[in-house]
Amino acid sequence: MTSVAPVPRLVDQFERGLDAPICLTWELTYACNLSCVHCLSSSGKRDPRELSTQQCKDIIDELERMQVFYVNIGGGEPTVRSDFWELVDYATEHHVGVKFSTNGVRITPEVAAKLAASDYVDVQISLDGATAEVNDAVRGPGSFAMAVRALENLAAAGFSDAKISVVVTRHNVDQLDDFKALADRYGATLRITRLRPSGRGADVWDELHPTAAQQVQLYDWLVAHGERVLTGDSFFHLSGLGEPGALAGLNLCGAGRVVCLIDPVGDVYACPFAIHDRFLAGNVVADGGFDTVWKYSELFRELREPQSAGACSGCAHYDACRGGCMAAKFFTGLPMDGPDPECVQGYGEPALALDREVPSARVDHSRTGKRKTPAGPVPLTLLTTPPAPPKAFCNESPV
Amino acid sequence: MDDLDRPGRFDPGRGWRLHPQVAVRPEPFGALLYHFGTRKLSFLKNRTVLELVQSLGEYDDVLSACRAAGIDESAQQPYLHALSVLVSSKMLVPQDHTREDT
Repeated sequence: MTSVAPVPRLVDQFERGLDAPICLTWELTYACNLSCVHCLSSSGKRDPRELSTQQCKDIIDELERMQVFYVNIGGGEPTVRSDFWELVDYATEHHVGVKFSTNGVRITPEVAAKLAASDYVDVQISLDGATAEVNDAVRGPGSFAMAVRALENLAAAGFSDAKISVVVTRHNVDQLDDFKALADRYGATLRITRLRPSGRGADVWDELHPTAAQQVQLYDWLVAHGERVLTGDSFFHLSGLGEPGALAGLNLCGAGRVVCLIDPVGDVYACPFAIHDRFLAGNVVADGGFDTVWKYSELFRELREPQSAGACSGCAHYDACRGGCMAAKFFTGLPMDGPDPECVQGYGEPALALDREVPSARVDHSRTGKRKTPAGPVPLTLLTTPPAPPKAFCNESPV
Repeated sequence: MDDLDRPGRFDPGRGWRLHPQVAVRPEPFGALLYHFGTRKLSFLKNRTVLELVQSLGEYDDVLSACRAAGIDESAQQPYLHALSVLVSSKMLVPQDHTREDT
């Protein structure tokens, strides 16, 4: 019994998929009060086909049976659903913990007090600048003040260890220490994730994604501070910058293997950054429930097969980055078996310079169909629109 | 408040058990552990350590639990280390632990 049979590395086992996801992101609604420029889910308007309360509860029942310990709930802005708190309570009563992402709009002192009383709910406030100027340029006028008010209310109510969730951009990468200080001030934990060219993010990625020099800066910062900062495992494309294992986390793409996304109409996608037909595994209502989609969808079975290193097969760092992020490649029009657009060995830039066709969005709930300039004063040259806050793979290190 | 049970203070000579807020999901590679209180996830990397963790509460001390799980003394070290990691993340608590100790 003690003879330790050679066990494949955990990462290798995860790449072959599990019977149930480790982390699941569930966008409850495409409705949102903001309209962040980089919104992964192109949210704004509610989809009329949005799942009913009962359909959501049926999903929670399935998650309980599958022992999915918690869901990352997002949107859109999930708290604007009128049954949001009912669903949170239903989930926690059924042993499915809830982490939800919000821009803070509904986190009043009363709500904060209710949240502080529950052991099973975690709150993640999205913030994309440590100052109103930088934040509001991306998330819209007033959004910084709204997020900080939510953090104040949570802290005042005694809610411990809220998360501040930041998408790292060219304009906020210099503010990482400030974000950390902000988190410390509210007894919160900082979580930083990668900007993906998904949803409306495709429209602003060229201007907002960190430069090559900033990627190195970010990597160094993570190595120095990584222990106390969550990343949702989203920076594995940077792992080629240093020694294996220097970055905390599993550093693998869990799409369709250990993570996935359920969208507001019940469509199941391989990951939160991949809302496109190419990554659609099925629908929980039309295809016999979530468990069936997770286990038997053709797409997920494909993703659990060994993947080709393709153009990266000659690279000494392939083992570290595994070719980077599938969604980042797809939405920048790069081949799926080639380098990540932000490849730290520099193979992304020439690939981006070639002729490429960027896939058009297939699901867009932006309030005006397309982004438009805000009605008020325009903070920068950017446009406004809000994201489903960044979602990602689990943040925790294995024992 | 937790002078005696400070995280990281792992004494294999006493009895331990899973924290009541920890859920276990067995997997082919071992298991996933999730602590609803700390909202932390951990992985157990083989079935033996899973068996050990699940049976800890039935024994007065860790070494007895190891023996029962078929772990020879010479092979104990990695398992004791894994348990000490679980103690420091509060996945395991002393058997006489009460909720107020957390």
